[in-house]
Amino acid sequence: MVNRVMFLAADAGPSPILPKPAEIIVGLVAFSILFVLLRTKAVPKFEQAYKERTDAIQGGLERAEIAQRDAAAALQMYNTQLADARGEAAKLREEARAEGSVILEQMRTTAQEEATRITTAARASIEAERQQAFNSLLNEVGTIATQLASKIVGEALDDQVRQSRVVDRFLEDIEKAK
Amino acid sequence: MPPSSADFIFQPIFGNSIFLTKPVLLVFLSVIVAGTFFTLSARKAAIVPSKLQFAGESIYTFVRNGLGKDVIGPEFMRFVPFLFTLFVFILTNNVFGVVPFLQFPSMSHIGFPVGITIFSYIVYHYVAIKKHGLKKYLTDICFMPGIPKPVYLILTPVELLTYLVTRPLTLAMRLFANMFAGHLLLLVFTLGGEYLLTSGLIMKVLSLFSFSFAVGLSFFELGIQCLQAYIFTLLTALYIAGALADEH
Repeated sequence: MVNRVMFLAADAGPSPILPKPAEIIVGLVAFSILFVLLRTKAVPKFEQAYKERTDAIQGGLERAEIAQRDAAAALQMYNTQLADARGEAAKLREEARAEGSVILEQMRTTAQEEATRITTAARASIEAERQQAFNSLLNEVGTIATQLASKIVGEALDDQVRQSRVVDRFLEDIEKAK
Repeated sequence: MPPSSADFIFQPIFGNSIFLTKPVLLVFLSVIVAGTFFTLSARKAAIVPSKLQFAGESIYTFVRNGLGKDVIGPEFMRFVPFLFTLFVFILTNNVFGVVPFLQFPSMSHIGFPVGITIFSYIVYHYVAIKKHGLKKYLTDICFMPGIPKPVYLILTPVELLTYLVTRPLTLAMRLFANMFAGHLLLLVFTLGGEYLLTSGLIMKVLSLFSFSFAVGLSFFELGIQCLQAYIFTLLTALYIAGALADEH
């Protein structure tokens, strides 16, 4: 009976529910060491990595946003400038066209005037020359006719008065005959 | 001879110091292993992590966000080192149960769970007392507001028992018992297989089944080991969250 109880007791071993003080102490010490180690070496570093990563991503996004805004502003500016330039060009073209037509008109008028002037002058000079030629011809014809008449009549017509009378009569005849 | 709790008793490896038994050395080994691993993986703190850093960070993030941020709330960062150490310490010691040649979960010796439970116990009571003051804390526990007076006759002892006795007791007991039972189960199949191997030919064939079952159970145990580390840390986080809450 005693043997049997002792055997059972030996078989069951010591109760596993009763903690050994040594192991509690070891547990506390080991946990504390690990706690200090992780708290000083691991956690701050992991947090730092987290923070830097967040900053990197967030900073990148913000930078991209700013760049986008800048680009949009620049585009807006260029578009405005382009529109201005186009307007300017159109205006210049319009002005040039207007100026050109004015110049053209002016030149046409000038040319016209010149032409008129030249024509008038030519006409006047022709008229003058014709008059001159007619007058000289008139004298010439008088002389020639007198000579001719004197030859034909055979009469000396030296007397100036008579001569001019004859010539006048001759010319009147011619005029009448005309 | 069938496995029993006697199989959990280790003689000192050298000399006769009670601090040189296998479980004690395993606990210190866990400190070295976990400490080295996380120190190395956190050392560079690179924005683009290496594989090692990624591995360490995954576990850290799991505890930090899953057990700290989601459970405790805005003040969680104060408790992350503690929760992280809890999880890592328990996990490493549990997993020793299926690591070849070590093959003993140190947490199946109740002294270690008791040790870390003491820390949890101190932390969650300290946090509550610091936040609410001792008097208000005790009043909150004993006299839950918004309840008819006669109910206090039953509720007050139950609440006191819960906060002061049941919580730490279950915390330590749950971890210890799971690891103890798991290791015992593995012993049954390995020792059983070994015993069958010494018998007749048919028994030798049967021992193959016993061993393969032990292997399968080892993987099952690995799951339980991780789960228990998670539960212990989760419950501690919940207790801290309760201590920080305005009403109990």
